[in-house]
Amino acid sequence: MDIKDIVKEENLVYTKTSLMTEKVLSYCPGCGHGTAHRVIMDVLDEMGAQEETIGVAPVGCSVLAYEFMNIDMIQAAHGRAPAVATGVKRVMPEKLVFTYQGDGDLAAIGTAETIHACNRGENITIFFINNGIYGMTGGQMAPTTLEGMRTSTSPYGRDLPSMGNPLKITELIAQLPGTYFVARHAVHTPAAVRKTKKAVRKAFELQKENKGLTFVEIVSNCNSGWKMAPVKSNEWMVENMFPFYPMGDIKVDGELVKK
Amino acid sequence: MGELKLMKGNEAIAEAAIREGVDAYFGYPITPQSEVIEYLMMERPEERTGMVVLQAESELAAINMVYGAASCGKKVFTSSSSPGISLYQEGISYIAGAELPCVIANIVRGGPGLGTIQPSQADYFQSVKGGGHGDYRMLTLAPSSVQEMADFIELGFEIAYKYRGPVMIQSDGMIGQMMEKVELKDQKPRWSAKEINDLNGNWATVGKPESRERNIITSLDLDSAKMEQHNHKLQAKYRLMEENEVRYEMFDTEDAEYLIVAYGSSARIAQKSIFLARQKGLKVGLLRPITLYPFPTKPLAELAKQVKGILSVEMSAGQMIEDIKLSVECNIPVEHFGRYGGIIHSPEEVLEALEQKIIGG
Repeated sequence: MDIKDIVKEENLVYTKTSLMTEKVLSYCPGCGHGTAHRVIMDVLDEMGAQEETIGVAPVGCSVLAYEFMNIDMIQAAHGRAPAVATGVKRVMPEKLVFTYQGDGDLAAIGTAETIHACNRGENITIFFINNGIYGMTGGQMAPTTLEGMRTSTSPYGRDLPSMGNPLKITELIAQLPGTYFVARHAVHTPAAVRKTKKAVRKAFELQKENKGLTFVEIVSNCNSGWKMAPVKSNEWMVENMFPFYPMGDIKVDGELVKK
Repeated sequence: MGELKLMKGNEAIAEAAIREGVDAYFGYPITPQSEVIEYLMMERPEERTGMVVLQAESELAAINMVYGAASCGKKVFTSSSSPGISLYQEGISYIAGAELPCVIANIVRGGPGLGTIQPSQADYFQSVKGGGHGDYRMLTLAPSSVQEMADFIELGFEIAYKYRGPVMIQSDGMIGQMMEKVELKDQKPRWSAKEINDLNGNWATVGKPESRERNIITSLDLDSAKMEQHNHKLQAKYRLMEENEVRYEMFDTEDAEYLIVAYGSSARIAQKSIFLARQKGLKVGLLRPITLYPFPTKPLAELAKQVKGILSVEMSAGQMIEDIKLSVECNIPVEHFGRYGGIIHSPEEVLEALEQKIIGG
């Protein structure tokens, strides 16, 4: 049976966005990265912003993001994406500039670059994919790994007295005067994807208005690193990650959201 | 004739960068080169030419800002001093791997570690032999005057764009801090977007139009076969640089029986040593490498057929001497002399060392 027999043209409600390349994604089946890529590229496509956008890829699972995103892109050294994006934006202020970073890249090795880019209020957008683990290197402990969570470098669970606390860097950077819009979302259900897409669009539109740094965290599963089936990993994420990393707006119009 | 001014080396290099039409400077303060960013901030180049000047939170951030802005095809300049250049090395390796043009100045101070803030030439290895990871080379220019601090900005960018790679201006705390007369070039306009496109062969990440494929700046390829090809390409560029970009100066070498090889500040001091030697009837000449990489191997090999011995003089424990020995292939004696850890040798000390280690030896 041919795919055309299953997907008939009149039933086709979903197509690949033109801002994703033909390259097959390198992410594990079930991982949230692919959806996060798609959401960001969808928004840029809808904004007609291909020619005006420059993206910065990190080191981590999404090191090859530039293979999938159909825009001009720069691959940065580990943790330095906000500095690279600063360099780009300062010499090309009319362009839309974003970084796409994981938790190790953004909240461990690149903490200084993250905080200072946020504090300067660089007119860039940072997308932060938080799955609480180092995926690419094989499941080691991340700065955002939850208490008690087992990884290959916390095999008996994250022990807070010896390994430190999970870092809520998004709440931290929201305190800085240079950030204008800070939100945390997920991409595990259609409803969550819609909310994320709205936040992504808002972040880019605010960047166009030169409002300062816009920051969208996407809490994601890492079924391979967490050693769970994809559906189970999403359930685990809702039960364990969301209470510690709650969904929703953290800072809107330069003001912290009162909870 | 351009405008004449009395300036510090650090100020001259900053003013030359503005006049070159540089698009951006990113840096982090460190002695003895903080005058570079101080001068730029004071001059308001954003009003003079639209040049961006930004004080980064660290050298790590500064060199990665350079990486980002250079990815867009823009002329980018940065400066630091030895401990800061150590922090730059990761970024320099990425810049070399991703083939991005930029000019980096190192106003060298004594080390290792935090060392001292006084002049030194102990960063020869760091610039010439790699510094960062991987098989790359960095064209390194060694100014010996405030005038050359200014002139090497233009030359540095010319070479950086010709070969698409980082160029190092390796100076030291003496030339950075001392004041001399300098003739400044007229203001050049910054490149327009079209010029960047035309000059750069359209590789820069400036936003993808429908009309071309994506431009990607990366140093990564997980396919080793492709990465080997990329390395072949880089090596071919370095061979071309070795062919075409060797620069040096010679003083009193026509009849020389003995030779001093020295660059930068040490070459200035050695000129006086030659003068003193000639007063004593000793036929001593000087070869001054201007490019430390590529090293003037051929002229040195030629001179080795004429002279009886070579004294390598640098403010280090002996780094350049390795390239001299390779150049002369052990055909004649080669010895090192130099004060280091922030001490500058005197012309008399150099002459004494020459007499003891080479002439009497």
